Amino acid sequence: MLEIRWHSRAGQGAVTGAKGLADVISTTGKFVQAFAFYGSAKRGAAMTAYNRVDDEVIINHEKFMNPDFVLVIDPALTYTDDITLNEKGDTKYIITTHMTKDELIKSQPVLEGKDVYVVDCMRISQETIGRPMPNTPMLGALMKVSGMYDIEFFKENMTEVLKKFPQKIIDANLAAIETAYNEVN
Amino acid sequence: MADKMELKSVEVWDGNMASAQALRQSQVDVVAAYPITPSTPIVENYAGFLANGYIDGEYVMVESEHAAMSGCIGASAAGGRVATATSSQGFALMVETLYQASGMRLPIVLHVVNRALAAPLNVNGDHSDMYLGRDSGWIQLDTFTPQEAYDMGLCAFKIGEDHDIRLPVMVHQDGFISSHTAQNINPLSDDDAYAFVGEFQPMNAMLDFEKPATYGTQTEEDWHFEHKARQHNDLMTKVFPKIEEVFAEFEAKTGRKYKLVEDYYMEDAEVVIVAMGTTVETAKLTARIIREQEGIKAGVIGLRVVRPFPFEKLADLLKDVKAIGAMDRSSPNGTVGMLYNEIAGVMAGTAEMNAVMTNYIYGLGGRDMTVEMLKGIFRELNENAKAGKRLGAIQRFINVRGPELSFLGK
Repeated sequence: MLEIRWHSRAGQGAVTGAKGLADVISTTGKFVQAFAFYGSAKRGAAMTAYNRVDDEVIINHEKFMNPDFVLVIDPALTYTDDITLNEKGDTKYIITTHMTKDELIKSQPVLEGKDVYVVDCMRISQETIGRPMPNTPMLGALMKVSGMYDIEFFKENMTEVLKKFPQKIIDANLAAIETAYNEVN
Repeated sequence: MADKMELKSVEVWDGNMASAQALRQSQVDVVAAYPITPSTPIVENYAGFLANGYIDGEYVMVESEHAAMSGCIGASAAGGRVATATSSQGFALMVETLYQASGMRLPIVLHVVNRALAAPLNVNGDHSDMYLGRDSGWIQLDTFTPQEAYDMGLCAFKIGEDHDIRLPVMVHQDGFISSHTAQNINPLSDDDAYAFVGEFQPMNAMLDFEKPATYGTQTEEDWHFEHKARQHNDLMTKVFPKIEEVFAEFEAKTGRKYKLVEDYYMEDAEVVIVAMGTTVETAKLTARIIREQEGIKAGVIGLRVVRPFPFEKLADLLKDVKAIGAMDRSSPNGTVGMLYNEIAGVMAGTAEMNAVMTNYIYGLGGRDMTVEMLKGIFRELNENAKAGKRLGAIQRFINVRGPELSFLGK
């Protein structure tokens, strides 16, 4: 079982990102779950979303999770959310920030000694999509760090997930995924 | 003629989308709806399907849930296939009309996305609304996953609309944990789904002017009792065979097997959790783990049908069991939980049944029920089974703040 926790603000697309990821993974014959804690669901409020992935049908419906990956798609949540909650020894963190990895860890010492990756999903989405939608670039970064799927395969499947949108938006999202894939470190 | 939708053999849908697709494929004539969290996306998706030409039917936007069910009652009496969805406060506002629907024998399908009842206000899942409906004369089907919400969404029409049954049917799913959780779903094609559900066969339709019919008459002491007795008789004697017949047909079509009571690891189980909703699956996982890790002979029972209550099936499944934990996800507000009460009733009427029984109140307002907590319950049941008697109180609250809360029989 692979488990992923997203830290996001309502409106930044964590639920869409988690569902898009689940959609793509399901095409490879695996079983998926995507859900979220909405709380009072105000736009801008901190929220978490979740993925589970397994080779067999997922029958676990607890909200509790020891995540394999923690994806932080809003830079400020690194400081205000408990992003290391229920971590495992080998939990990987992919964090949206404009800082270098060293600067980030210095600014948030709780990340010291952990498996941290940084990517600036905010800047990437501004440059590609034209507004701060950090969810799709984070998926590109996740593909790189996890090695889950070949990036071309993933982009092809994301095209299918995004097919209800105009071509311009699909292209922008694919560019965001590709850029984040290349930049995450 | 409605357009058909191309579906993949595996879709990733949440429970709300699953329910909406089951409604679309059943080609409902009238949906009268007033959206409420967490069931909103069911009627929202449905309205989208209709606006985009995938449904030949009417969508009536009304001013309240009372009006939504009233609209459904009118449309059903007129002679059409009718459905809607609601949750929580909306369900509570519908209650008066729920009894009208079942008393007039109108086979309406209601998707209930279970949510807590205020106060305090809470949009998350528990079973308070499902429990509120349990004496309303409806058939209540419970689901544990989005796939099941879809499957029961199709079966519900076939069960309720049968001319021997003619009763409204609720399809329950857990708010958020099922309704907003996307999982792999294997849908039927539009043609296969509609072929399974079948064309609506009206009975005593008010729009059949050749054969006038009256709905909603007044009967006082002269006939009221006979009407209620007949309804109860049909619930007690006709509904289970019909559900089993529909489930058998569904299995033949899809390979997915459903039972009145779902049971897991019951062949040699000594300690058993009886639950409803998504907790059934998490408990099944826990039973598997605790059998491997601790050798506890754990089993799980999940109610597929809440009303009518599967009294005899439960007697049969529980007769050799040593300890039972009845799990109620609704505040009993002054007594033991409904499941405890019902199962105690089964035990009182079943000579061979002699288990130690406890009642766990859990998950109110969406509070998590984890594998670790379920392990704790199985261990406690196991201690009771070994002792041959209850070691603690009858009723205990799980995962609530403060000192342990337990009641009765201490």
